Amino acid sequence: MNGASSLIKSLEAAGVDVVFGIPGGAILPAYDPLLESPIRHVLMRHEQGAGHAASGYAHVTGRPGVCMATSGPGATNLVTPIADAYMDSVPLVAITGQVPRPVIGMDAFQEADITGITLPITKHNYKVMEAEEIPEAIAEAFHIASTGRPGPVLVDIPKDVLQAETSFAWPETINLPGYRPTLKPNRKQIKSAADLIRRAERPVLYVGGGVLKARAAEELIALAEAIGAPVVTTLMARGAFPDDHPLCLGMPGMHGNYAAVNAMQRSDLLITMCARFDDRVTGNLASFAPDAKIIHADVDPAEIGKNRAVDVPIVGDAKDTIVELTKVVLHGNASQGRVDFSPWMAETRAWSREYPISYTQVEDGPIKPQFVVDQLGRMTGGDAIVVTGVGQHQMWASQIMPVNKPYSFVTSGGLGTMGYAVPAALGAKVGRPEDRVVAIDGDGCFQMTAQELATATIEKIPFTVCILNNSHLGMVKQWQELFYDKRLSEVHLPQVPDYVKLVEAYGGVGFRASDPSEVETTLDKAMSVDDRPCVIDFRTDAEEMCFPMVPAGASNDDLILGPVGETQVHRGFESATSLEGEGA
Amino acid sequence: MSEITTHTISVLVENRPGALARISGLFARRGFNIDSLAVGKTEDPMISRMTIVVSVDGKPLEQVTKQLHKLVSVLRIAELPHDGSVERELALIKVGVDAGRRAEVLEIVEIFRAKVVDVDATALTVEATGTPDKVAALEELLRPYEIVEMARTGTVALGRGGQGLKAPKLRPVSIDNLSA
Repeated sequence: MNGASSLIKSLEAAGVDVVFGIPGGAILPAYDPLLESPIRHVLMRHEQGAGHAASGYAHVTGRPGVCMATSGPGATNLVTPIADAYMDSVPLVAITGQVPRPVIGMDAFQEADITGITLPITKHNYKVMEAEEIPEAIAEAFHIASTGRPGPVLVDIPKDVLQAETSFAWPETINLPGYRPTLKPNRKQIKSAADLIRRAERPVLYVGGGVLKARAAEELIALAEAIGAPVVTTLMARGAFPDDHPLCLGMPGMHGNYAAVNAMQRSDLLITMCARFDDRVTGNLASFAPDAKIIHADVDPAEIGKNRAVDVPIVGDAKDTIVELTKVVLHGNASQGRVDFSPWMAETRAWSREYPISYTQVEDGPIKPQFVVDQLGRMTGGDAIVVTGVGQHQMWASQIMPVNKPYSFVTSGGLGTMGYAVPAALGAKVGRPEDRVVAIDGDGCFQMTAQELATATIEKIPFTVCILNNSHLGMVKQWQELFYDKRLSEVHLPQVPDYVKLVEAYGGVGFRASDPSEVETTLDKAMSVDDRPCVIDFRTDAEEMCFPMVPAGASNDDLILGPVGETQVHRGFESATSLEGEGA
Repeated sequence: MSEITTHTISVLVENRPGALARISGLFARRGFNIDSLAVGKTEDPMISRMTIVVSVDGKPLEQVTKQLHKLVSVLRIAELPHDGSVERELALIKVGVDAGRRAEVLEIVEIFRAKVVDVDATALTVEATGTPDKVAALEELLRPYEIVEMARTGTVALGRGGQGLKAPKLRPVSIDNLSA
């Protein structure tokens, strides 16, 4: 067989069931044996779409997403999704063709040094220079992408290596002496953490995306209930803890709700589970949670102490750490009695009730974007997979959509990649075809990757896109209004194209809603489409701003609450009044 | 005000393509300046040792060593304290002197136990080995004689006695968690 067949056999051996990609000159040899392979190939319309689709797939399945592209522009088009996956620790394997070995470095047609370009944005990358090395490189790539702190790995293979004669043998061992992630948490540190928890008065479980990456959401519920303290979930951790749980406070951070932000600010102990003290969560670092001692658990030792000094560091797999800590906490509860954090919990819950996320939808006024998300949330009841782009709509989605199940809120957090929603929704639907997938997108984002609707139509991958169309780059406009003296500069996106016609041109179904009375009925109609992509153009109020908000660089104590609306958002937890029913 | 300190870091890396670029790039990305970087094989030809001298102002060096540890080709890292290690550097210094002032230069070379490795009517080339301080001192004394060209290798270092950083045995491990 040739190198290309060895590559496809290797992907099969690694358990790959789907590849998102686009063929081209240098990767051509790999597309021939693909014809005989059980692996499904989804032909995308742009390589960026392939990368984000692989990311969406990885988020909802927990398995590495795979994308494939040719050399040069094919490979460079993958740069954004690779950087996105690196920032959000998404397991991703990118396969790229490269120009033949004899012309590498000669500025050959469609040559780009993609291993050089992706050096700072991959967990690791390979340029495979011998066909015999293909299985080993693929095995290592999947191992590295999916273990420890997950991340993207790129494997670049020159065309003549794909064409070279070789034999296939899947390696039984892996030779990575420099890669030994610490997975088992240190028992002494777990004990110290449990001791700190017992001595705390106002502990908060600060949960980050790593809990979802470790597939440890179920274990987290047991830990939270054993402690009985409030839980905040960052943007990347939405769904890691159910919104309808009585201990849930929702999302903290720049656009977090008051209770979640304030609970962290007033806390005397942050029990940090695989979060990274990102600036969007901490605001001004010096004034963040000033009285809090810090327990910080993460599989990546470089995260510990990076932004905030730590009292108890725990390096290890999130699931193991959570399980071990739960055991020690429960043991303490049994032998020394349970520490009663319920007065503290009640205090934070009162903040939830006093300062809920709210909005005002006037009957004959323009559609409020929050109203659309709220209606959608009521309709899906937290059962759909929600995918977002980046901007105001993303924050409203995170604030308002109930997320009661893990691995069902897919978003671009760290890199903040506009255009993420459509391809990621496609990838999510491929990964979990039985689930309903709804993208909440902005009009600015949507246009960046809308071409993948063609992929969705042809490949029969149905999902719904709700465009909160305020004909502006809404978040940028909001910043210009607040911080640039309302001087709007280059943020207006006039109503071109006609999104309904556009989706129809792509073979999907389009709806438009311009009046609040049409929102529910339009959503109803859209939900009944299950064989094609469906796009709803919600013409929303461009004046609406996203609150609460901590201005960039400001202290979380200076959270701007924004106007009080008539309708309060209820995702479940706001009304919880007692902690009864929780396990102990 | 934060104080600028220099640190010598010894890094053992697998001899894989791109290892040097990965490591030097990481320092730049994380905002650390490399004063010198020397790389060569270790006792195990599959493993190279990089000796990196960095200037640090205030920022903890810990973050960059942790990030280095995350590179797949990096096997081991140690900071070598100046008082617990042997540090050496080699320099070639070409001094533009004719026969008239050659004797003065030779006297300096003698004091530093350096060697003259090339000479002609217009210049002589000095080879000096020693601690970075010694090489710097020699350079300082030769500067008035017009240094035409200079090449320094950068520091190489080993821990004293038992405080070293030995190349580990490379052993493959079995893969059981691959195809889920």
